[in-house]
Formats: sequence, C-alpha cells, structure tokens
Amino acid sequence: MSDAEQASDFDPTTQVDEFEPVDVFPSSEDMDLRPGADNCYKCTSCDTSCPVAEVDESFPGPKFQGPEQWRLKRGEDVDIDDSILSCSNCMRCDDACPSSVPLSQMHNTARGEYVEEHMDKLSREYLRNRMLSNYRTLASIGSKVPRLANFVMGLGITSVLGEKIMGIPSERDVPEFATETFRQWFKKRGGSKVSNPDKQVAYFHGCYSNYNTVEVGKAMVRVFEEFGYEVLVPKQQCSGTPMFANGMLKDARREAEVNVRELGKAIDNGADVIASCTSCSMALRQEYPELFDIEGIDELSEHTYEAMEFLRIHEDLEGAIHESEVDPQAFAYHAPCHARNQGLDRQAVELFRELDGAQIEDVGESCSGISGTYGWKSEKYETSMKIGAEMFDHMEHAEGDVGMTECPTCAMQMNHGTGYEIRHPLELLEEAVAN
Amino acid sequence: MAIREDVIVIGGGLAGSVAAIEAAETGASVRLVTYKKSTLRHASGLIDVLGYNGSDDPITDPFAALENLPADHPYSVAGEAAVHDGLDRFDEIVGDSYQGDHTDTNALIPTFGGAVKPTARYPAAAAAGIASDDRPMLIIGFEEMTEYNGSMLADHLEAAGVPFDVEGVECSFPGEYVNDSRVTRFAKRLDINENVEYEGRTTGAREALANEIEPHVGDAERVGLPAFLGDDHTDEVRTDLERHLGVDVFEIPMGPPSYPGIRLSDQLKDAVDEAGVRISAGNPVVGFEAEDGEIQSVTVDSKGREVPYHADEYVLATGGLVGKGIDSGREEGVTEPIFDCHIPHPEDRYDWFDKEAFGDQPFAHFGVVVDETMRPLSADDAPEFDNLRAAGAVIGGADTVAEKSQSGVSLATAVVAGERAGERAAKHEVSQ
Repeated sequence: MSDAEQASDFDPTTQVDEFEPVDVFPSSEDMDLRPGADNCYKCTSCDTSCPVAEVDESFPGPKFQGPEQWRLKRGEDVDIDDSILSCSNCMRCDDACPSSVPLSQMHNTARGEYVEEHMDKLSREYLRNRMLSNYRTLASIGSKVPRLANFVMGLGITSVLGEKIMGIPSERDVPEFATETFRQWFKKRGGSKVSNPDKQVAYFHGCYSNYNTVEVGKAMVRVFEEFGYEVLVPKQQCSGTPMFANGMLKDARREAEVNVRELGKAIDNGADVIASCTSCSMALRQEYPELFDIEGIDELSEHTYEAMEFLRIHEDLEGAIHESEVDPQAFAYHAPCHARNQGLDRQAVELFRELDGAQIEDVGESCSGISGTYGWKSEKYETSMKIGAEMFDHMEHAEGDVGMTECPTCAMQMNHGTGYEIRHPLELLEEAVAN
Repeated sequence: MAIREDVIVIGGGLAGSVAAIEAAETGASVRLVTYKKSTLRHASGLIDVLGYNGSDDPITDPFAALENLPADHPYSVAGEAAVHDGLDRFDEIVGDSYQGDHTDTNALIPTFGGAVKPTARYPAAAAAGIASDDRPMLIIGFEEMTEYNGSMLADHLEAAGVPFDVEGVECSFPGEYVNDSRVTRFAKRLDINENVEYEGRTTGAREALANEIEPHVGDAERVGLPAFLGDDHTDEVRTDLERHLGVDVFEIPMGPPSYPGIRLSDQLKDAVDEAGVRISAGNPVVGFEAEDGEIQSVTVDSKGREVPYHADEYVLATGGLVGKGIDSGREEGVTEPIFDCHIPHPEDRYDWFDKEAFGDQPFAHFGVVVDETMRPLSADDAPEFDNLRAAGAVIGGADTVAEKSQSGVSLATAVVAGERAGERAAKHEVSQ
C-alpha cells in the first residue's frame, strides 16, 4: 500500500488503538489453529504413522506435539516442550490423519516458537542447526572452489572436527560439490533450446540439483524440452524445507519472499513452476501458504508441480513411456515422505512398470529416516539409522541394486545404508524419452 | 486427458479395496483414489456379518437372519448371494491369516472390554481365544498399559457367562520403558525381537516376555494378550511365545491403535497392488464433471490444484460419518460431499438423534440409498448418475454398529459395485 493510498483512506473518527494488524509471523498466536485442534478425535493414526515414535520411546508423538500441546499452551505458564526438536518434519502425520488436523503446521509453528524463545542463540546446537538449515549459503561458497571444498570435506580430520565441534556425525560422507553448478551449465548452453511462449515452465532446481546432483537438473531440462517446453530458470533461494524443520522460520521467510517474487514473475507470464525435489515442491505448495502471508504465495502454491506429475497431467507421459525402451536395469524405489504427502508415492513405480527394459520395485512404506538435516545431527544419527533399517533391508531384498528416489537426502541415506548408487526418476525418464 | 482408467474407486478402506479388486478381476483397468489413512486402521480387524438384530442375544447364524431384515437394509438390496460372494472374495484375499470360513455360524471373540463379539471371520491370531472353546484361559494385562487390565477383562468375561475358567493377571513388560509408552513400542520390540535386559541378563524381547508370563500360566491352556504381538512378523511372535510357554497364545482386539486393523489394512493394500490396481493416495476427490447423466471425470485436489481423473465408471466408497463420506451441518443438513447424492434425513436436526445414547439412533442409519446394482438414487428414486455406484458405510439403511454388520455390508456392496462397474466399463469399450 502506498503512502498516498493510506492518506486517502485515513478516517479521523476511527480510533487508532482498535487497529490490529494481521501478522502471522513470527508468533504462532496469530494463526488460528483451534479448529484443527478440535478436529482431533484421538484415533492415534498419526502416532502409529510416526517413524520417530516407532523407534524412540521418549518422543511423545505427533498427537502430543500438535493438538495436545496446542491445548496445553492455552495455559499461560506452559512452554513448548523441547521434544518438538525430535520431530523430523517428515509430515507423515498429515497424510495419516483421517480428520484433517493440520499437524505439520502445528509442529512447524511450535518449533518456530521454541527456537525463537527458548533456544540459546549461542549454543552449539543452535549454531549447528542454523548452519545445516542454510545449506545453500554453505554450498554457494563451497561450489566456488568445488575441488578444494571436496578435498577438505573428504579429509578424516574434517570429519573428526565436524563431530567434535559442530555435532555432525562423522559416519556420514559430506556430499561432493559438482565442478560446474546447474546454473552455470544452463547459462553456458545458452538457456533453453526450445523457445515457446505458449509452453513455458519455470524450474525450481533447489540447492541440491544446483550444487551437487546437477545431472538431475540437466535431465529435467532435456525431458521438458523433448515435450516442447521452454524451460526458464528464475533466480531462486532455498525452498525453506531445512529451515522449517529446524524452527528457523525467519530464515525461511527471507528465502520465501525471494522465491514468491521471482517465481511469481514467471507465473504472471503464463509459466508453471516445476520442482524435481519433492521436499521443495512440498514447501512451495503446502508450507508456504500455511506459514506465511506473502502476496502471491497462494498463486505460487497453485502453480507448482513436481516434474513427472506435471507431465502426467499435461502430456501423454504414459504413452511416451510405453513406446520407449531402455537398457535392462532394475531399481529399488523408495517414495520420500514428502512425495507421499503430495500423492506422488506411486507415480514412479506406476510409470516405469510400463517401460521396456526397466524393472522397478517399491521398497515399502517406511521412512528413510534422514528427513533432510535430521540425520545430519550427531544426537539424532542413531534414531535416523534405526528408522532407516527397514528400508535398507527391503532394498537389499529387492531385485535391483540401484536405488531410486526423488528426494536428495533420502538418496544420501539410501546410499549410506546400502552402498547403492541412487538415481532420480528424471534421469531414467531422460534415458527413455530424450535420447 | 492424461490420467484415465476404466474404473475409478474413491476410498481405500475395506469396501474400496474390495470393489477395486473385484473390478480389476473383470479385466478393467482400475485406479483407487484414497485420501487419508482408512478408519479400518482403528477397527478391530474382525469381519462381522450380522451379530445382533434388535435383541440383546447374539445371532447364531447370520445368513438365516438375513430374511428378517427390512427391505431397505443394504443386505436386502444386495441379496444374500452378494453377502456370500463378498466373504468368498475376502477369504481369497486374506488366505490363512483369517479363520471362520468353515462355518456359517458366528464365532464369539473376546474383546478388550471383556465382552464377546459375534463375528463371521477373525484373525488367526485371535483364534485360540474363541469363547465356544471350553479350555481354561489366562488373560495377561500389563502395568505399563493403562487402557487394558487383565483381571478386569477376566472378571467381565466370567460375568458374561463364558463356558470356561478364566483368570487375569497384571505383568510387567520386560525392558525399560517410559511411563506412558505406547503400544506401538511394545509391538515393534516384539516384531524385531529387540534385546532387552531381563532379570540380570540380555535376551530377546519375545523370550523375556514368555519368561515373565510363565509363572502365571498354571492350569490355563491358552493365554490371551493385548493385540500387539508384532506388526510385520505377528505369526513368528505368536509361535515363539507358544513354543516357550507350551500353550496356545492369542490376541485380544483392542481400541486404537489397533494392530489387527492396521495389519488388515496393509494386507488389503498389497492385494490391491497385486491385482494390478493403480493407487493414488494422499489427495481428496472434491468434485466432478458430468454430462448427460454420466460422470466424465472426478476432480482431485492436489494440494490446492484441481486435477481431473477420467474413467468410464466410478465407485464411491468414502465411508460413513466417521470416515467422512457423509457430512452434516446446520444449514446444509446431511450430505454426501463429493457428488451430493441424496441422503434421506429429517429436516429438524433434533430428530436426527434419540435421547437414549444406546437407543435406536436415526443418524446411524444415514447414508445414500442404492438400487440393486448399487447406484445411489435421487429423492425421486432415479439413479443419480448411470455410471456411479456406492459401496460400504456411505450406504445407509442400517445401524451397522449396533447390528455388528459393517464389514459384511462393505464386502457385499463392494463385490456388486466393483463387478458391475468393471463389466459396464468393458461394454463402453466395445461400443466405442
């Protein structure tokens, strides 16, 4: 609103005191979660779906973290319980609840409040979580000197120091930076090879496809170009997923403002937004409108798709796959929790079953256990691996010895637990339709 | 029109899963669209056909009792053959994991409140607890579980007049637990046979539990435990306990979280997958497009974006009031939220319920009215749509909770709806 408009709206008879601006951030108090809490009829579907509660008996489960804690908090002397930090934000409880209680929204707001009001901003835990949440900042520095960064991160001493100083589990291998980022590659090839003002998509590559698994981003571009789309790559920040999971809502909002603005421009020009990471698409579609009030945020939510989902809806993807063939290969597919929440958990299996040469097996409903930054914390490492045990076991029993998933951190966990190479569905789709 | 099948089934509970499998059996391509986890997951896992009909005495032969039901009861509409077909399909899906198919007579299964429930099929894990068996019984409760008390359960069973000796005892679940540990933790511990500290040594959770129970067995020839004996490996857990104890071990169905319900739900999902049915889970169906009295597509709300799913035939299996296949409000009355199918109900909200909590509640009968091919009917008795059928608790006309008939109604209506949808979809293809 401009100053001029404000001046013309000014009514001297209105008492200024009565005006209460609606600001849903940062305090959860402004968000009306009551109807959600009242919808809970205590059926325990959320608790039986929670991968953390299954292996960690000290974790009170999503029903407590959501509606029960919300109700307890009505009493003035009750603070958010620190167990909220043990929630991995896998959001399985959302998917489970037959009564549509907005559990993850309740967890996100409670976590945000806990971190904001009760966490020591100089504690190792806070600093470590802040660093993990802002992976993009780290990666953008590391990828300026990828070879040096990879060398340093690969050193045994780095890993020991990481564990001792920061609380990063030394068991994990830090992901390697690509020598050329996706954005550098895209710029170098001269942008999209297709020019089509009627069929444009804006690619939200997220951090990982840009700095680490650039082949996923390249596959996305080539597949969409094959279907006649002009691919735009707007300026973008982190989706905010790791920030929500660590209660860093201010950081998340800062990133979201840029994403909503920049992607919004593409949407205004008729493009839809495509993500290859299911947690990125989850953030843009669900968490953004649930947590922030930014102009254009609903439009972004409505125009965001996961890559294969978009093609399934708008193109005859099944037909294209049916006519294709790839070299014989077998995959053990794991559906990320955040894909599950968008109704995408069966998509890759359904489509690639129709692809000659490819064999694909769903390794089951269990969570991989890493949940983004969760498994990257020393104190959560054991829980993370306990949750993942079922998936590792199923992967080893599956025919394929190459893993497949949409989520970059699930992929890290799958590789960490089995040693398998892990691929993204877009890479197989590229092999099938874009070669 | 990228997403297209012959048949779309909406709802992934017992009725939806069975309707989808039934339709797939006709050769049709089928997609199951399901939103949240099914209410089947908090159900007992018992498959009842008809337990009561107006009196407090349980029905012995549910099939013989069908003819006494009113004409608008879903069983009367679907016909007795459909009830048998539904059970046959169920037996085929669950195989040896369920029992009771050797007879038409109801079995009486003890529940965690200490009542006995008349039921047509029961999990193999519950079989040794059957009340018509006269072997002495021991019921184990756990101090860690406040919702379930072994002695109380035994007292209630005795008061119900069961024809056997029954005793109850409270044990302590081996290993260290937090005060309010959940049933899922115990189940997981037994499922993976996690090591626990028990009487000074480290041993598998199953062996430790058997050692804890053993001193109490006495003359009992069967031992009942809350239904938490494992999740994926429930047969192994039970067999291991039986081997250690030398007596039969059985599970007593509990309230939520209910492992028998969760296991059945998982089993159905596998069967649906195996039948070649495609599954889209996680997003709700919120609307539809229709032309000339036929549904052209249903609209799935994919996180704020509406995506059309096309098919020739549709099955509505969204559940009843609890499953939210039926909704109600002060202004709108009682509604079926997706297709707005007609649901007969009194205009005055105060006529929806009886003041006696356990009286004959009108709201319990609410649901869509169907013809013999399971097509929902409008207020003037014409099909709402030529290509829409209903199955399960969304169908009204009976208080299935009081009757103990919901599973049977779901199965009977699902086989009719699924088969008709599949067959009619095939005709579409021939005529095109």
